[in-house]
Amino acid sequence: MRTGLVPAALGLLFLGGCGNLSDEPPLDSASPPAYDDSFIESSIGDASYLNPVLSSDSASGSVNGAVFNGLVKYDENIHITGDLAERWEVSQGGRVITFHLRKGVLWHDGAPFTAEDVLYTYERLKDPDVKTPHSSNFDKVLKVEAPDAWTVKVTYSEPYVPALESWGMGIVPKHVFGGAKGKDFNEHPANKSPVGTGPYRFKEWKVDEKIVLEANPDCFEGRPHIKRYIFRVIPDNSVEFLELRNKSIDTMLLTPDQYRAYGEFFEGYKRYRLPRGAYTYFAFNLGRPLFRGRNVRLALAHAVNKAELVDAVVMGLGRSASGPFLPLSWAYDPSVKDFEYDPALAVKLLAQEGWKDSDGDGILDKDGKPFAFTVVTNQGNKMRSLSAEIIQQQLKKIGVRMDIRVIEWSAFIKNFVDKKNFDALILGWTISPDPDQYSIWHSSQKKEGQYNFVGYGNPEVDRILEDGRREFDPQKRKRLYQKMHRIVHDDLPYIFLYYPDYLPVVHRRVEGIQMAPLSTFGFGWNFDKWFVREKNVRYPVRTAQ
Amino acid sequence: MIRLYISRIARDRLALAGAVMMLLLIALAAAAPWISPANYADQNLTERLSPPSARHWLGTDDLGRDVLSRMLWGTRVSLVVAFVAVGISTFFGTLVGLIAGYFGRWADAILMRFVDILLCFPTFFLILMVIAFLEPDIVNVMIVIGVTSWTGLARLVRGEALSLRERDFILAARALGASNSRVLFVHLLPNVAAPIVVSATLGVGGAILTESALSFLGLGVQPPDPSWGNMLSAGKDYIYFAWWLSVFPGLAILTTVMAFNLFGEGLRDALDPRS
Amino acid sequence: MINYLARRLLMMIPLLIGITLMTFFIMQLAPGKPTDLVTDLNPKMSSEARDRLVKLYDLDKPWHVRYAKWVKRVARLDFGESFRDGRPVMKKIAERLPATLLLNILSLILIFTAALSIGIYSAVHKDSLFDKISTFFVYVGFSVPTFWVALLLMIGLGLKLGLLPISGLRSIHYGDLSAWGKVWDMARHLVLPVLVTGLTGLAALARYSRSAMLEVIRQDYVRTARAKGLSERDVILKHAFRNALIPIVTLLGLMLPELIGGSFIFETIFAYPGMGRLGYDAIMARDYPVLMGIGTIVALLTLLGNLLADVLYAFADPRIRYQ
Repeated sequence: MRTGLVPAALGLLFLGGCGNLSDEPPLDSASPPAYDDSFIESSIGDASYLNPVLSSDSASGSVNGAVFNGLVKYDENIHITGDLAERWEVSQGGRVITFHLRKGVLWHDGAPFTAEDVLYTYERLKDPDVKTPHSSNFDKVLKVEAPDAWTVKVTYSEPYVPALESWGMGIVPKHVFGGAKGKDFNEHPANKSPVGTGPYRFKEWKVDEKIVLEANPDCFEGRPHIKRYIFRVIPDNSVEFLELRNKSIDTMLLTPDQYRAYGEFFEGYKRYRLPRGAYTYFAFNLGRPLFRGRNVRLALAHAVNKAELVDAVVMGLGRSASGPFLPLSWAYDPSVKDFEYDPALAVKLLAQEGWKDSDGDGILDKDGKPFAFTVVTNQGNKMRSLSAEIIQQQLKKIGVRMDIRVIEWSAFIKNFVDKKNFDALILGWTISPDPDQYSIWHSSQKKEGQYNFVGYGNPEVDRILEDGRREFDPQKRKRLYQKMHRIVHDDLPYIFLYYPDYLPVVHRRVEGIQMAPLSTFGFGWNFDKWFVREKNVRYPVRTAQ
Repeated sequence: MIRLYISRIARDRLALAGAVMMLLLIALAAAAPWISPANYADQNLTERLSPPSARHWLGTDDLGRDVLSRMLWGTRVSLVVAFVAVGISTFFGTLVGLIAGYFGRWADAILMRFVDILLCFPTFFLILMVIAFLEPDIVNVMIVIGVTSWTGLARLVRGEALSLRERDFILAARALGASNSRVLFVHLLPNVAAPIVVSATLGVGGAILTESALSFLGLGVQPPDPSWGNMLSAGKDYIYFAWWLSVFPGLAILTTVMAFNLFGEGLRDALDPRS
Repeated sequence: MINYLARRLLMMIPLLIGITLMTFFIMQLAPGKPTDLVTDLNPKMSSEARDRLVKLYDLDKPWHVRYAKWVKRVARLDFGESFRDGRPVMKKIAERLPATLLLNILSLILIFTAALSIGIYSAVHKDSLFDKISTFFVYVGFSVPTFWVALLLMIGLGLKLGLLPISGLRSIHYGDLSAWGKVWDMARHLVLPVLVTGLTGLAALARYSRSAMLEVIRQDYVRTARAKGLSERDVILKHAFRNALIPIVTLLGLMLPELIGGSFIFETIFAYPGMGRLGYDAIMARDYPVLMGIGTIVALLTLLGNLLADVLYAFADPRIRYQ
């Protein structure tokens, strides 16, 4: 009976324990590194464009990171270093950057890489008919010139420090696109079968199934050990985890609960824990009368127990946040002391503002109105909705009623965030290593659809944001942003909740792994240096061609 | 008559089991506030994900909430959602099906073409509609499930009415000058009642399952309100290391949907005028 | 009959227009723009870049202008390009439709053979032990939330027993396999999805065919057939079964959109590259051209399928005549 399988499967589930575990031979540690193994990474979604100019989703980003190179990249200490550019000079007070390109770099089809390709990439970024979401990084560029085949000179309208980071953008080959412009660039077949300069070459793309890359033996950074790099699309996280348990994928990103699951799960795998370039926050709509006074926000900040949030939402795999910069960034001010969890103080502060429970219903009120508001967050992010539910209970303890609305992403952005139609919201920012957060905090960025949707404005912060973009002296710049970290923390436009960790897991047979916090910034780990010893190879690639 | 039906159902053991189960569930749903051992929303973060024990019979969830209490409240939520949704869909389905099948011609053509249009949309358009007009709160979930699930019944009723229309007793009633509405509701309706009842009972189960499917997409009843569907889909993420979070809601859905289906089946046999 | 067919085919034109208009209309009501996802609150992408995307996508034009534009293109069989990856909509659909049809036709075959045999046998042997047990199990299959049972089967048959692959349509080393190896590999991957999709459809069809058979068995003409001295086998299969098919054919027509449109839930759980995921992703990303393309293609195929069902109807039921 077909349907009998259901109870049978149920039975199996209850039996639990170890089924077909650990029948694998122990790993060899002596044989030389092999050049023929495959590595399988899983991804929740399929890629969109295998073209760094057009893509912005993380699935495309991982593939593009292995196929393309930018002029610069971040090293493991979050310092900018050369990639396709060997070196560069900044001149004219920061208005001109001259890149000296690496010579002898070849595209995957054998054509040489030259300054023409950089020019072409830049022109597409500025092309009004190209569907790129990255153009604003290049708004301040006046012109880009190529005095010779291996030099690129970029002139800015004003000194702009984050400029250098933006040249981490992958460079695309002019000859492959045949110089296509506008719509032809958007719809070019090369966006499906990319040609880059990176350690991996594109091999095949089966939509919604997998993308296969193959090692580029001529890579200027040396031949990668792992022959095939396969991205498998597994849209459901719990299935992804079952596949990991089944050892049919080599790496995935774990949720905190999965990371903390019992050890037998990870027999054959190594777990990693790194800081991630992101934080989760609770934002106040500063335009609402309820939250206009800092004392009320301060009271709520004292009523939110971040330690509890870190324990319950990320299971201790993260740390509580104090401001807009990440602990791994030089802009972070470690001396900022966060608001302590002190519900009694919170109640006192609110009482000073006239909020008392006069009708005895357990909810504070003032002028006959209860202290009640709604927090909105987007659907599909479990950590955010869990945070909302926990904060709801924490605020209930001081007599504040917070309702929760979970809205589908597109509607959430359009109807709530863009229109500033919210009391409070829980969201997260993913941020790049450069601390320029002009678009989030500057008082000029409050219009509909812009990112200062809380309506924050502080002249001092405005000045720091403007100066920070012009200040090339790293020490001075650091002092500026650390000061801003403290001011924004004190001003309380957000309650900064926590910085979640990045939790990848990798099959044990892979060696030479150096994890850097950068992995989270989409520049890849040192993947091209990872290797598997000959005797440990799991998915050998047959080279019969 | 009614006594006859009851005695018929009493003889059908599967249907009887379904009926008992159904009554039990309704009783549990009604009594939820009094019999829940804890408040369904009370968190205890130090007791997160603890397995079933004497303190928490069905364990605790990822916020340390008592699963048993949430299940009991979830009975309420899930049953109300299902009943209202089925009420809406049965009403529309029956009315449209009868009119189209009986009157034929233009009424049939127009109504059935409209049904055809609706039937051309696969389920994911239902989801699109949820997010197009509405937020996924509990009332909207009921309406959307109800409004999008009547077309199948309409076609079924129409098919029955179409083949009954040329039967002797209908022809006779019409020849005797009975009004259209009389023929429709007095002569036709009782004869298509069986498939409607079967479809409505299957519909209760179907609505519970649809809510859980919507929850899988995150578009069902929203937390912190507990429905079996959103508990199951939240528990899915823990299926391998906290089995109680998905097994209990899963079993609850399974038994409830079965209870309604078995009872409906029994009811169908019992209501059949020809048996 | 030919007249009838011609008329029905003509009538499909206004229906199709109705369907596309309705799809288009619902889409306009949905909040959000296709540009939201690309510009997923990344502080490095300014709102000017967002506005530029809006213009590129023609989203600043009123809806009727865009609908007219769309119709003009479709008349030339051009469904436009996806907002998400700039690829032709027809191509995107063509890539996924075969996988969806493969899965659904296989499970349909499973459903039909199993459900009809169970239904007929249970009806003929009403209240027998087989009837009771099959009723029970058919209901278990119908009553269980599909994504849950899918996960349980994956854990049981895939992970614990190691009998079947957990998800996907092909193994990673598929390309290296021999022709038979490829078939075997796909077959193994298809077992669980076919089983789980079959499970839900089975119940409805088995119950309907049982009910329909019961109904028919009591009819006069069946009694007449028996009285004529036909063998019980002939009575059941030739006379009763044919009449019982009517409501079943109706049911098949109802299954068509899902058959073509795929199921997002199955496809997500099984990491199966089908239409359901394409459609759902398009909704979530507000990828209008893809949505319109899917709506139109699924509707067209469904209408043709329904027409076929109605024709079958006429064959099955001599009382229904089409002029």
